[in-house]
Amino acid sequence: MKNPIFKFLTTDRRAIFLLVGLAVVIPLLAPLGLPVDITKPARDFYESIEALEPTRGPLLLSMDYDPGTVPELNPMSIALLRHCFDKNIRVVVMTLLPGGPGLAEQVTTQISQEFNNTYGEDYVYLGYKVGTAAVMLSMGEDIHGTFPLDYYGTPVGELPMMQEIKTLADIPLIVTISGTAIIESWIAYAGARYHKTIAAGATAVMVPQFYPYLQTDQLVGLLGGLKGAAEYEELVHHPDFATVGMDVQSIVHFLIVLLVIFGNIGYFIQRRSKSKV
Amino acid sequence: MRRRVPLTITFIFGIFMTLQFFVPHRVSQVIYQEILKWFIIIFTFSLIFGSLVLMRLHSIRIRRRTSGWGYSLVTLTSLIGMIVIGFKTGIKEGSLFMNLFNHVQVPLEATMFSILAFFMASAAYRAFRARTVDATLLLGAAIVMMIGRVPLGTFLWSGFPDLTEWILEVPSMAAKRGIMIGVGLGVISTALKIILGIERSYIGGGE
Repeated sequence: MKNPIFKFLTTDRRAIFLLVGLAVVIPLLAPLGLPVDITKPARDFYESIEALEPTRGPLLLSMDYDPGTVPELNPMSIALLRHCFDKNIRVVVMTLLPGGPGLAEQVTTQISQEFNNTYGEDYVYLGYKVGTAAVMLSMGEDIHGTFPLDYYGTPVGELPMMQEIKTLADIPLIVTISGTAIIESWIAYAGARYHKTIAAGATAVMVPQFYPYLQTDQLVGLLGGLKGAAEYEELVHHPDFATVGMDVQSIVHFLIVLLVIFGNIGYFIQRRSKSKV
Repeated sequence: MRRRVPLTITFIFGIFMTLQFFVPHRVSQVIYQEILKWFIIIFTFSLIFGSLVLMRLHSIRIRRRTSGWGYSLVTLTSLIGMIVIGFKTGIKEGSLFMNLFNHVQVPLEATMFSILAFFMASAAYRAFRARTVDATLLLGAAIVMMIGRVPLGTFLWSGFPDLTEWILEVPSMAAKRGIMIGVGLGVISTALKIILGIERSYIGGGE
């Protein structure tokens, strides 16, 4: 007969999948509603938007993500657009990932409709342009030259909002939301070369990579993963998908921690029994 | 000659772009802006070139019936299908292209990313062991981060958020900064080697 510890250690992984599945589904059906604490990088992100004035230049929002990271990053974009439109801050939206244009358009259109905003006056969608670093540098020199047409084929120069926006110098804040190193490119090119103020939203797994930039003020704020999105939803008083998702994340994280602890207990018991033999 | 031309172009543009950064003269700015336009054009062609290479690679796999050629067929059909549909129906909201994107690509990619949680839970249970001091430290930090970054952790102990921020701001950042400085120096030395023609692998060989 197999040692029960050995049996426990080699549990069919489908049992673990089932446990994780339940940990995801149950909090969705019966939310815990636990309060989300606000971290400093998220508060700084919020404050950087609060500091913008509607009469000054617009915010540039670069939604640099594709469908793979939508669950984590879309809530950030949604909350950010709500915050901006609520404060009458105009927004220029763009993307630097080929999988992003459709997503960025959907989110922008959806939130602008909530606020009855007018295209070309309250927001503009430039779409996608290939060449990451080249696009950033080129926008620093001439936005109209970099994006002669918007996503819908309208000459950018004909859009009322874009009349006064010629280069990155006319944009007080750039926000990039991404699960890639594009955030670092914005810091290196728009930040270092054109001295732009940059805030970012990143997937949770990438957050530690950007902390050094927070300390040096190369990033003025940072939203990290679904937690960051939930914090921002809390700050703009509009709980949405990310807030609900935090209950799921709470339970799944605890389940994984419990599994790791059980796994280690089993490992040590097994090691001790082996050494006795 | 075939090697000398690209090496010379790389040298001239490498030196120019380095010096240009420090020269705010109008002529320098005009040339810089023109180079940026070319930069984007070259990137656009590289995207087209990449797609063609992808098509060629998968066509060969299908023709030779190599292992997994069925996947190549799906890739090629999807790629060509989306291009044709995109040109035919447009890419606006409500078009067939956008419907395929929203209802096929988005859920597929989001699912791929989401199932990581299942594999991670299983892998952590089986492999995350405190075998050595280093592994124990990693395990401890991971547990604190996992509990401290969710509301349930804060609910259990209000000190968790501060502890996670400390991990991110002190030990993690110290390690990250060391790596970044190393990478930065590596980038500078590689760039210099490319500009000076010492590193030539990008033109297909070390000679």
